[in-house]
Amino acid sequence: MHNFEYHRAGSLADAASALKKAGEDGKLMAGGQTLIPTLKLRLAQPSAVIDLSGIKELASIKAGAGEVTIGAGATHAAVAASKDVQGKIKALADLAAHIGDRQVRHRGTIGGSLANNDPAADYPAAVLALGATIVTNQRKIAADEFFKGLFETALKPGEIITAVSFPAPEKAAYMKFANPASRFALVGVFVAKTKGGVRVAVTGAGESGVFRSAALEKALSGNFSAKAIEGVAMPAKGLNSDIHASAEYRAHLIGVMAKRAVAAAG
Amino acid sequence: MPTVKMTVNGKAVSAEVEARTLLVNLLREKLGLTGTHVGCDTSQCGACVVHIDGKSVKSCTTLALQAEGTKVTTIEGLANGEKLHPMQEAFRDNHGLQCGFCTPGMVMSAICLVKETPNPTEKQVRDGLEGNICRCTGYHNIVQAVLAGAKAMRG
Amino acid sequence: MAPLDTGIGAAVRRREDARFLTGRGTYTDDINRPGQAHAYILRSPHAHATIKKVDIKKAKSSPGVIAVYTGEDFKPINGVPCGWLVTGKNNKPMIEPKHPIIAEGKARHVGDPVAVVIAETKAEARDAAEKIDIDYGALPAVVDMKAALKGGGKSVHDAAPDNLCFDWELGDKAATDAAFAKAAHVTTLDLVNNRLVPNALEPRAAIGDYDKATGEHTLYTTSQNPHVIRLLMGAFVLGIPEHKLRVVSPDVGGGFGSKIYHYAEEALVTWAAKQLGRPVKWTADRSESFMSDAHGRDHVSHVELALDKDNKFLGFRFETLANMGAYLSTFAPCIPTYLHGTLLAGNYSTPAIHTNVKAVFTNTVPVDAYRGAGRPEATFMIERVIDKAARELKTDPAELRRKNYIKPEQFPYQTPVALMYDIGNYGATLDQVLKLSDPGGYAQRKAASKAKGKLRGRGIASYIEACGIAPSNVVGSLGARAGLYEAATVRVNPTGSVVVFTGSHSHGQGHETTFAQVVSSMLGIPMESIEISHGDTNRVPFGMGTYGSRSIAVGGTAIHNAVNKIIAKGKKIAAHMLEAAEADIEFKNGKFTVAGTDRSKAFGEIALAAYVPHKYPLETVEPGLDETAFYDPKNFTFPAGSYVCEVEVDPDTGVVEIQSFAAADDFGRIINPMIVEGQVHGGLAQGIGQALTEACVYDKNGQLQTGSFMDYCMPRAQDVPNFKVAHSVTACTHNPLGVKGCGEAGAIGAPPTVINAIVDALQEYGVEHIDMPATPHRVWKAIQDAKARKR
Repeated sequence: MHNFEYHRAGSLADAASALKKAGEDGKLMAGGQTLIPTLKLRLAQPSAVIDLSGIKELASIKAGAGEVTIGAGATHAAVAASKDVQGKIKALADLAAHIGDRQVRHRGTIGGSLANNDPAADYPAAVLALGATIVTNQRKIAADEFFKGLFETALKPGEIITAVSFPAPEKAAYMKFANPASRFALVGVFVAKTKGGVRVAVTGAGESGVFRSAALEKALSGNFSAKAIEGVAMPAKGLNSDIHASAEYRAHLIGVMAKRAVAAAG
Repeated sequence: MPTVKMTVNGKAVSAEVEARTLLVNLLREKLGLTGTHVGCDTSQCGACVVHIDGKSVKSCTTLALQAEGTKVTTIEGLANGEKLHPMQEAFRDNHGLQCGFCTPGMVMSAICLVKETPNPTEKQVRDGLEGNICRCTGYHNIVQAVLAGAKAMRG
Repeated sequence: MAPLDTGIGAAVRRREDARFLTGRGTYTDDINRPGQAHAYILRSPHAHATIKKVDIKKAKSSPGVIAVYTGEDFKPINGVPCGWLVTGKNNKPMIEPKHPIIAEGKARHVGDPVAVVIAETKAEARDAAEKIDIDYGALPAVVDMKAALKGGGKSVHDAAPDNLCFDWELGDKAATDAAFAKAAHVTTLDLVNNRLVPNALEPRAAIGDYDKATGEHTLYTTSQNPHVIRLLMGAFVLGIPEHKLRVVSPDVGGGFGSKIYHYAEEALVTWAAKQLGRPVKWTADRSESFMSDAHGRDHVSHVELALDKDNKFLGFRFETLANMGAYLSTFAPCIPTYLHGTLLAGNYSTPAIHTNVKAVFTNTVPVDAYRGAGRPEATFMIERVIDKAARELKTDPAELRRKNYIKPEQFPYQTPVALMYDIGNYGATLDQVLKLSDPGGYAQRKAASKAKGKLRGRGIASYIEACGIAPSNVVGSLGARAGLYEAATVRVNPTGSVVVFTGSHSHGQGHETTFAQVVSSMLGIPMESIEISHGDTNRVPFGMGTYGSRSIAVGGTAIHNAVNKIIAKGKKIAAHMLEAAEADIEFKNGKFTVAGTDRSKAFGEIALAAYVPHKYPLETVEPGLDETAFYDPKNFTFPAGSYVCEVEVDPDTGVVEIQSFAAADDFGRIINPMIVEGQVHGGLAQGIGQALTEACVYDKNGQLQTGSFMDYCMPRAQDVPNFKVAHSVTACTHNPLGVKGCGEAGAIGAPPTVINAIVDALQEYGVEHIDMPATPHRVWKAIQDAKARKR
């Protein structure tokens, strides 16, 4: 990788000021599980890297009435192991337990994953399906406003995710069909029955990243059962096609994973 | 150049590194701990796995500077003098290695796996090793070794 | 030779593990020479392009840079040689274009080296390489083999306008055609043997070092055969005489064939070290390995099987296109010919066989031997078409095989494709694998799978392979440019300890244990007194290295013969010391004894006498106890076996899960069953990888689509089952240990076994064949296509 200036932030304010100082070529790093491979392949060339992993306040996980707030710096392993998350939103703990591999889960964080918005990442599906709120050092952003396309989010320059607040659903589950090589989601479907209705988010499949499936939501709204999805046509248009899966296959898998997720949600 | 300080296999170390220096480069090139290997450049193979504060991580996907103030354990730090760690013993007794290249990472991952799942099933072992690739053994004997190592670690 | 607790037949724990388990192995990248500089190789991003201009000015002034070299610098230097000349039909020799160290004027595959930067650190070398400005003229890429043979103005090499390297045949065409003419049934099949990337977990590395004072070059390299590298690089590329070139191949992290060959990087660092007067190190990144290590397989074939009315095989007919890639790698031409065509009799007594192989140049990475090398491709064709025939003829696939097996009483058996099988009992391994795999309970298991919504299938395959490569005069007559013997020196020290220097190279096979067991058994001395030394041309005698499952059969026999020379000499010494006739001396359990008496000398006493020859037959026997043997095998060895696999297919997703895998092999006599089983497991996983997950994919422009582990799917622990492994033994008839070799078996037998099981699972859809790898996508697609055909 190219060399860069490294700054280990001691606090959120310190991180924000370092980021400001670095200008456009500054880059935040949480666990580094995506950024470091990107730098190693020389696909990015930041002048400065600001390490957020030393900021203790970002790592907390707190349960409130009907919601769980997860600090942006919480690792996937911490989310998976959290009794609060397991108790309130088991689907989210299960999702975290299957991101990457054990070593990635020990370092990768929810904030890093969301800020990166990889189209095959798992967390975006949970955030979107559960209607979570992304909290930054400047404002709160609703899930539906956050994801803006491949590796694009609503975050503005200088904005740092501090936490994600998830309302607890009535029922929810995530089913991932992993890319056999990378183990990223080839197709991942998160279904949630929430107070505001049924929400279904799909990751891994869409040409512009995570998306909600109106057709599946409609079918499940009346009858939250696997049966309700049978016969729902999944168009291949707008889905990725690559050496691992054609758009048609991805479309088909969305249906299969959705059914299995609904069944698992109980 | 920035200086990084940490404890490696129980010894305090301090080194000047470029910001881009990976933990694995620090271990191999500056500290001469060549037991930790690099088998890929996309964080998949796990040959580079070490423990930071007791947790398995990929040292090829960690900057040396990120390990500031931590306790790092590598394959060289497992044995107690001549006495091998029970997981090392189990790999030997079960022929869980052939060329030996993936072995350090595999052993470090296995120890962490067992710490987090002290009495794993065969499936939990297979799933738990998803971050480590071995090209030689077909995994059969690695899985046997981890199950035996887990038993020995439980005491 | 009664089995001692550490002798032949004992599952001795490996001696090499002590260093590997504690991080004290020494792999090439672990070695750092004083004053060492680092090389970074800039590689072509184009599959096919002229190199119009290379501007290195900016790179040269980049921080830390010592030198920048381009193709111009290497023009006077020979290219990488090919070690095997294949002669095709009408005595036409293969076309053998130059394979330059750095591309000269034209890049022929993605990854072809176009420049090299040498700098103080690897990072600085890479930083500088980004500043090299190359003006490429992109050319249309030759990728698909069928299209390549049409030429059409797209040629990888001017010397081969239609991209044909050679057109080769084996077998009696007229007899085979006649067999098909009288057949009661003919089964045909078109299939692809998918291109694989070997991916030994240790990436290749090389360090060149030059001693100005002595004029000696040293190359540290990740090689399976250091002497072969010394010969090829010294004699054919750089013109360095052997006595001034030392090649060291220390601990090597797996090879599987990919580390047999002489690679450009080895010559590059050796040459640069002398130019710069500094050691130069190069270590591949994994993504670099994907585009610079020789790949494996990549055949497209048409197969035909003719049977009579009693289901006896009458003839096999094969047409194969074999991809050579952009240049000829060291052994590339012999893989689809002499290691493939000659195996096309399989385990069967088929009277007429004919094969035609066209080798094709394409704008892809060179293709060469990968675990099994030609034999997996042969076995896949035979075992898939037999399976299809069994289905068409509604007969049991195991029994169709059994009916056509070469029977034990038919050995030695001359096949119609050149080989003479010395011994085997294929029915025995079939019986064994059937016993292991519980055919009786299959219906119940299938029903249980069905209840879960899964389709269960059961597949069987047999295989034979030719190992113990190879009689030098035979391979010489077939175009090999080297002999294929093996060498060993057994050096007994004055106090009775022994060092064995072997030309075989261990990179995971456990030679330090297995070979020591052989010596321990023969000399009756403990393992601890025996050291196995390998991998350094300045220490070991000229050896040909490790590949083709040859180490125990050829290297082991050389050790055996050298030990016998030690024993013979020991008898002379003992006879003198015991004042008896040499003919009356027996050697057993580490003691030289006068037959029928209790007068004896221990092995150690004889060793001491040999080096302190006070009471010694100096008139007739030289002092010292140090013997060398070169063993040239009389024939190939022929391991064989049968495998059974059961799979579950999820029809909703196409996911295939292996439920069970049983393997019964005949490797001849087994020295260390633990190590042999480990070799079988590893081979099976690679075979399963080929069948289910692994594919090296190029797009139509010659861009590598699977350039890292993110896209090339290596089997993980989750992807393979526990294996059931058993052995039966027919001892090899022509080597003294009765051994055959075991390294490649699993990779040869597993692919057709798995695919046969998947096709069996998909019977309700009428799927007749599925190409490898049978990924979920491909299986799902096969089901959809079959459904569409039925409609």
